[in-house]
Amino acid sequence: MSQYLLSVHYVDGVGATPEAEMQEAYEATGRFNDELQAEGAWVFAGGLHTPDTATVVDATGAETITTDGPFSEAKEQIGGFWVVEAPDLDAALALAARGSAACRAKVEVRPFHDGPEDAGLDA
Amino acid sequence: MPVSPTADDIARVFRDESGRCIATLVRVLGDIDLAEDAVQEAFVVAARTWPVAGLPPNPGAWITTTARNRAIDRFRRESSRERRETEATAMTAPDEPLDVGPLPDDQLRLIFTCCHPALSSEAHIALTLRLIAGLQTPEIAAAFLVPEATMAQRIVRAKKKIKATNLPYRVPDAAELPARLRSVLAVLYLIFTEGHRASTSDVLVREDLCTEAIRLSRLLCDLMPEEPEAVGLLALMLLTDARRATRVGDDGVLIPLPDQDRARWDRDEIAEGHDLVRRCLRRNQPGAYQVQAAIAAVHTDAPTADRTDWVQVLALYDQLVPFAPTPVVQLNRAVAVAEVRGPAEALQEVELLDLDGYVPYHATRADLLRRVGRTAEAADAYDRAISLATADPERRYLAGRRAALG
Repeated sequence: MSQYLLSVHYVDGVGATPEAEMQEAYEATGRFNDELQAEGAWVFAGGLHTPDTATVVDATGAETITTDGPFSEAKEQIGGFWVVEAPDLDAALALAARGSAACRAKVEVRPFHDGPEDAGLDA
Repeated sequence: MPVSPTADDIARVFRDESGRCIATLVRVLGDIDLAEDAVQEAFVVAARTWPVAGLPPNPGAWITTTARNRAIDRFRRESSRERRETEATAMTAPDEPLDVGPLPDDQLRLIFTCCHPALSSEAHIALTLRLIAGLQTPEIAAAFLVPEATMAQRIVRAKKKIKATNLPYRVPDAAELPARLRSVLAVLYLIFTEGHRASTSDVLVREDLCTEAIRLSRLLCDLMPEEPEAVGLLALMLLTDARRATRVGDDGVLIPLPDQDRARWDRDEIAEGHDLVRRCLRRNQPGAYQVQAAIAAVHTDAPTADRTDWVQVLALYDQLVPFAPTPVVQLNRAVAVAEVRGPAEALQEVELLDLDGYVPYHATRADLLRRVGRTAEAADAYDRAISLATADPERRYLAGRRAALG
């Protein structure tokens, strides 16, 4: 089994979705979350507040610098994510397709490192 | 008395067998890099021992067994946990015959991995040529005119993604198969057209790509004999490749289909191509490659250009359009329209197409304008085609047509 991050991407500031549609997406996402749990694929998930609520903390120097975020000024931002467990990439892509249909946004699939030995070795 | 193989013999065995060996080792070891290293190492051993001991009766099986044993030896020398886990997989059933005997599905699984939609289309081509066709990275780089380091990087990156994402080695299930097979066929056809285009340019080395694409398609047909589009693709390649030698004259000028020396077309490839077209059409599950192969079959069936059955060609293009509703297909269809219903009607259809950057569009349009007597416009269209053409034989052919307008 491998773990994957399924992150939900949306383009910041592009036409607000109508309320009714938002509600439908919200409910469909709730159902998808229940299914993930029932299927044993669920590790963790969460929806995020908009990027203008973000704060960036940088303690790489001598002094900790705290600035108003977001970190990336990119148009594309993450709106939420799932961490899922799946036997392989095809299974993770199938979950992502269901998640994307539920929340009505593009979903990026990215594998987690297997464990401490795998981490960073091929960076 | 064993026959001592030469270095060339061993190189040929590598060409013929390494793809199958790598696919089997990927199944056994669960890792592409380990499989490639092991097979590479086995060939080093072969190069040392075969000239003395003679060629083994089944060189492929010899390589696979040696590669597997070498891989196990290597696991014993190295101690990382990951490697030990792989070792456990490889050694759980060391005596099972299926370990060494290649399963036909080994290569099929690996083809679908190489052409997985999660990888870039450049990676599809590079991985397929390297892991399935057994080409070396410098050969692939030369064929695609990119620096060797770029190609190596591309392959490393793709293999890293396969490993990191746990991308499966699996033949897709029935629901996914049609779409996934389409992408495999597209990769093979892209390899072929890259080579075919080279046959009209100055870069002769790339003609090898046609040979490799045909070899790969043949393999795919062996592995999936029930897929008519795979058979159709092989037929299309054979019927196109049969004309390869006649596409450029001794003077280096492109020769279009009607003017080619039909006596020099490859009769074996044509016979096989026609046979395959008949075989897949009997199944009555037409698709884009089968119909294109059928069109190529009509052309290669005609003893002379003016005895081409254009009515049949046009009927086939009408059948192709729903499968491939692209302006390029419409343009090719217009050539048949010109023969069946005259150049004026064909010109009307061509004028509707949005293909301004495409050399054959301007060349076809120029020819139709010439045939309806609009010579000045034909000259302009030839000029536009000449300015866009990148291959020398094509440019010189177009310049000749332009000059012949008078």
